[in-house]
Amino acid sequence: MTTAAINKNKNRIKRDRVFPIVNTIILCLLMFLTLYPVINTVAYSFNDGTDALRGGIGLWPRIFSTKSYESILSDTAVYQAAFISAAKTIVTTVLNLFWTGMLAYALSRKEYVLRKVITTVLVLTMYVNAGMIPNYLLISKTLGLRNTFFVYIIPTMFSCFNMIVIRTYIAGLPDALVESAKIDGAGDLRAYWQIIFPLCTPVLATVALFVAVGAWNSWFDTYLYCGSEKDLYTLQYILKMKLATTQNSANAAQTSVDALKTTTLTTPVTIRCAITVISTVPILIVYPFLQKYFVTGMALGAVKG
Amino acid sequence: MTSTAGTRKELKPIRKKGFFATLGGQWQLMLMSVPMFLYVLFFNYYPMYFWVTAFQDYKPKLGVAGSKWVGLKNFEWLFGRADFINSIRNTLAMSVINLVFGTVSAVLLAVLLNEVRQRAFKRTVQTVTYLPHFLSMVIVVGMAQNLFSSNGSINDLLMGLGLVKEPLFFLGEGKYFWWLVGVINVWKEVGWGTIIYISAMTSIDPCLYEAAAIDGAGRFQRILHVTLPGIKSTFVILLIMNIGHLMEAGFEIQYLLGNAQVLDWSQTIDVFVLKYGVSKQQYGVATAAGMFKSIVAILLLLTANFVAKRLDEDTLI
Repeated sequence: MTTAAINKNKNRIKRDRVFPIVNTIILCLLMFLTLYPVINTVAYSFNDGTDALRGGIGLWPRIFSTKSYESILSDTAVYQAAFISAAKTIVTTVLNLFWTGMLAYALSRKEYVLRKVITTVLVLTMYVNAGMIPNYLLISKTLGLRNTFFVYIIPTMFSCFNMIVIRTYIAGLPDALVESAKIDGAGDLRAYWQIIFPLCTPVLATVALFVAVGAWNSWFDTYLYCGSEKDLYTLQYILKMKLATTQNSANAAQTSVDALKTTTLTTPVTIRCAITVISTVPILIVYPFLQKYFVTGMALGAVKG
Repeated sequence: MTSTAGTRKELKPIRKKGFFATLGGQWQLMLMSVPMFLYVLFFNYYPMYFWVTAFQDYKPKLGVAGSKWVGLKNFEWLFGRADFINSIRNTLAMSVINLVFGTVSAVLLAVLLNEVRQRAFKRTVQTVTYLPHFLSMVIVVGMAQNLFSSNGSINDLLMGLGLVKEPLFFLGEGKYFWWLVGVINVWKEVGWGTIIYISAMTSIDPCLYEAAAIDGAGRFQRILHVTLPGIKSTFVILLIMNIGHLMEAGFEIQYLLGNAQVLDWSQTIDVFVLKYGVSKQQYGVATAAGMFKSIVAILLLLTANFVAKRLDEDTLI
């Protein structure tokens, strides 16, 4: 071997040793960048309200205070909103899984004569929709669902993406399962609920997570349809209203600091951050456990869609 | 032999069964699928009927039948308005920024993650970077407000490094808005975007890496000649799909992060529709704007589908 070749080889070995270290550093930095805004928000939520207006809070509260949490937890409107958010999330998720699962099963059966028609009509909804105003007119004028709890449930019962995720999973199961059930005299309903449904737990958990997070995180439905009905406010909508009040203080430099200094101990910013923390905790608790499921679910659905 | 013949005799009438007879035999499948099918027809297709209001001076009290027909006046009005033209520009600009930066960052991160050998570390990075996907836009915009305000962490950092003397008004100046949306979207979705590329990478045959290594390929060459070609088809399909979504620049982030000072740069078509349709109750005009968006989206989808066919990839519809 020539010296040049040996040197080249040495360089490569060196590079192969350096790369994992550089890679680890980059990824650690990335994790820090991802977590920084989250920790920053937690720090704000535990900071003294008026002091927080001065800004400059990083990873740790400057003047520790739990006043924001105390004021939220003594506010009955927040409890009401948390209840509505939870009810909306649970009902939407259950209905979605019930219908979407059966639909996905039916559309996975190759002998089903309506399979092509229904699938095409459903898939098109992923690309074409009537738009905001026609939907608004349908729900508020035609159906009259304004200011009712149903407006959270009825319009969000179907998502084509989720259906495709479940269908692809079912299509991957051995066909013999359904065939043998049918030979034993079971109909499709029974074959689905007794054989296929229990086998779909991973994918159903994935879809449940998607639907639940979507329902829990939405605020726009409240804004459009329930803006005048305080009892139907959700946590996200309360956050959205707080966001509007803090927006001005974020744009102007520090105008209102002095005005607020003497009067209150909490400010919209810290209150908002505290509600953010409270409304995020449920998601943070659930999602790491479902990670291994939704990773496969996403991979199944995204390309096939 | 006799049994085969018998089966054949029994099978024949089944094959001859008419469409409706077969359908009748599949009533259970219909029970499982037709309710949702009707639901979708009603909630996703029936509202398109209200598109006729784009050609009307629609008043909810009078209904579609009673409202006055105005021809193309709503469209003329729209395209004569600078703020509507701006909102088309903003929509396209932000969705292109999101598409380019979102894709590049996700592919890069996926490649880096694919090179990690310690499984626990890889999993940790994944868990952390998926997290923002699950946060609501209200929460994310709230965080951005704290970080990008004149006394927030970003300005602290920039001033600390001596890059700027005065704090920058990220949230109050239009020229930053598109890029701010791009940065926030990358932060929120980069981890989530890697899922599909990583799953494509796991299906690459390990022999290819071994063969490349034996042929003397270093780590970068293996990434360049094995990993990236291995995800090419996924990349192309996603790209084509996203072209069908170019008119969807998002709506929540622009609505929540925007304010009066940056309106010229923040207003997307959806925000425009919301403003005129719901707040100002000019339903005809707002429907016309929404309809314009849907039609362009359909044309983009058909183009994308055509391109997909030509490239011999799976078609979308």
